[in-house]
Amino acid sequence: MSLDPETLYALTGCGIFLIGLYSFSIYPHLIRKILALNIAGAGVYLVLASMAYQGKETVADPVPHAMVLTGIVVAVAGTALALALAGRISSETGKVDLEEPQDIEKEDE
Amino acid sequence: MNPEFLSWIPWLVVFPLMGAIVTFTFPRIATWAGLFTGVLILVATVGLVAQTLAYGANTYSLGGWGAPLGIDFRVDGLSAWMLVISAVVGACVSLYAIGYFPPGSKASDEEKNHKRRYFWPLWMFLWAGLNGLFLSNDIFNLYITLEMVGFSAVALVALANSRNALTAAMRYLLVGLMGSLFFLLGVAFLYGTYGTLDLTLLGERSRANMATWVAISLMTAGLIVKTAAFPLHFWLPPAHSNAPTPVSALLSALVTKGPFYILLRLWFFSFASLDTTYADYLFGALGAMGLIWGAAHALRQSRLKLLVAYSTVAQLGYLFLVFPLARAEETGFTAWTGVLLFLAAHALAKTAMFMAAGNILQALGHDTISRLAGISRLLPKSVFALALAGVSLMGLPPSGGFIGKWLLLDAAISQGRWWIVIAVLCGTALAIGYVVRVIRFAFEDPIDLPQVKSVSAVMEWTALATALLASLMALASSLPLDLITIDAPAHVWPEVGVGP
Repeated sequence: MSLDPETLYALTGCGIFLIGLYSFSIYPHLIRKILALNIAGAGVYLVLASMAYQGKETVADPVPHAMVLTGIVVAVAGTALALALAGRISSETGKVDLEEPQDIEKEDE
Repeated sequence: MNPEFLSWIPWLVVFPLMGAIVTFTFPRIATWAGLFTGVLILVATVGLVAQTLAYGANTYSLGGWGAPLGIDFRVDGLSAWMLVISAVVGACVSLYAIGYFPPGSKASDEEKNHKRRYFWPLWMFLWAGLNGLFLSNDIFNLYITLEMVGFSAVALVALANSRNALTAAMRYLLVGLMGSLFFLLGVAFLYGTYGTLDLTLLGERSRANMATWVAISLMTAGLIVKTAAFPLHFWLPPAHSNAPTPVSALLSALVTKGPFYILLRLWFFSFASLDTTYADYLFGALGAMGLIWGAAHALRQSRLKLLVAYSTVAQLGYLFLVFPLARAEETGFTAWTGVLLFLAAHALAKTAMFMAAGNILQALGHDTISRLAGISRLLPKSVFALALAGVSLMGLPPSGGFIGKWLLLDAAISQGRWWIVIAVLCGTALAIGYVVRVIRFAFEDPIDLPQVKSVSAVMEWTALATALLASLMALASSLPLDLITIDAPAHVWPEVGVGP
């Protein structure tokens, strides 16, 4: 069985998504989580881009390209927000991971 | 059918976006500009409901480019009902925010001013995203609006600026982003399979094949995370309880409903022709477990706002019971109506409950349930609001929660689904437990009255008014029936629905 190039791209995209999902779930460090999200995102964009292929004779479908561009804009905004929050968390707690919520009562006493 | 005159649809997105720009650019008038936008949105919602009642479901093509080339906004009974809920809850929360974010005059009030400065634009963006979400008829647009709602919600949680709130906001953002990526991957597969993003066209073309099942499974997984359905609810209680009070109310009442609405759209409209027996059982089981698990955890909380947040997890469980119940020929419409009324009742009751809890927190400086003694004498209106909202959460007449739960039980009994009946009854018993526990401590006589900070009158009265709306909803529950039957899914309401 031979693979078409677009199927290969789509499968690679799914693979990259899974790699991102794996590191996202495993590593507690926030920067690693943010990077993992971006890698998973890149996988999704590759899948989208592979959907644009319509054969050698015709031009590629522009709609998935537009979706990838929009997705990248969303990812940039999300990454900026996440990095800003990570910065605030590290200056507040001195750590760059997600701690369990503190009990308010203990802070009072 | 489309109205010949100017449509109300685009204004529901344009008004909050304009409001966001004005409140951001002119922070001095932010409060009034925000309230004015709220009024405009209410007017547009009333207009849209009238238009929908007169003309039935109608579409609006942005820039005149219709589907399949352009992007459509479409309103039917379900969208209009969701818009009504978000307009009413949004208006209540906007009023509450006047008192919660007062203008600070002194230089020492810098943090206060900072919060007020950013609350309004973020809330307006959230509102625009929600309205866009309920109107979009395009799955990629749904992804964009989900992200709009998610980002502004995260920023609003972070406004509380405490250590716990920042961590909760971060967790919320990461989980939300991952959920959206699952959704987007599903969108990619659907586009690859059907060559369209339009929900109506997807409904016409949908077939049961491998790619479709993979796509909607991925999308559903992402949406379940974002709705915070059991067992993927872990991020919700910290985010909802640590946010500033108006934000807690918005998150619990409206933001969790957005992704749930998309689930309804996918499973009951676009992909209704697939054989969903097993998926429906899965949703129903998750819902039943969620409503018991959430209520059991609410019962064990020591802090009031956390209790209210866990109660949201429980109440979201009831919503998922619609999937197994609303497919039946005869009684499906009972369950469908029940869930839509339940959703509105929960939105109002939870808003009121968070407002009341926020008032108590502000007055006492803490919200530990066992130390509430005497609060009923100091903040009678807020405690009354808490009790009224609690009545709706328990589901006692004449509250909105009662009518919703009653219709759900009615459908479950007549379909012989006893496991749902048992789950709902257990959930109700637990809800009575956690509401009564709070009320008991609130009415306890203290040895000496605690010292309290003053709570502004606006905050007390809005909490009470919202609670009254929630608890009297059953008296007007026949009014929305005309609206929600418009284009209800075919197998739910065979006489009026349009289906595949």
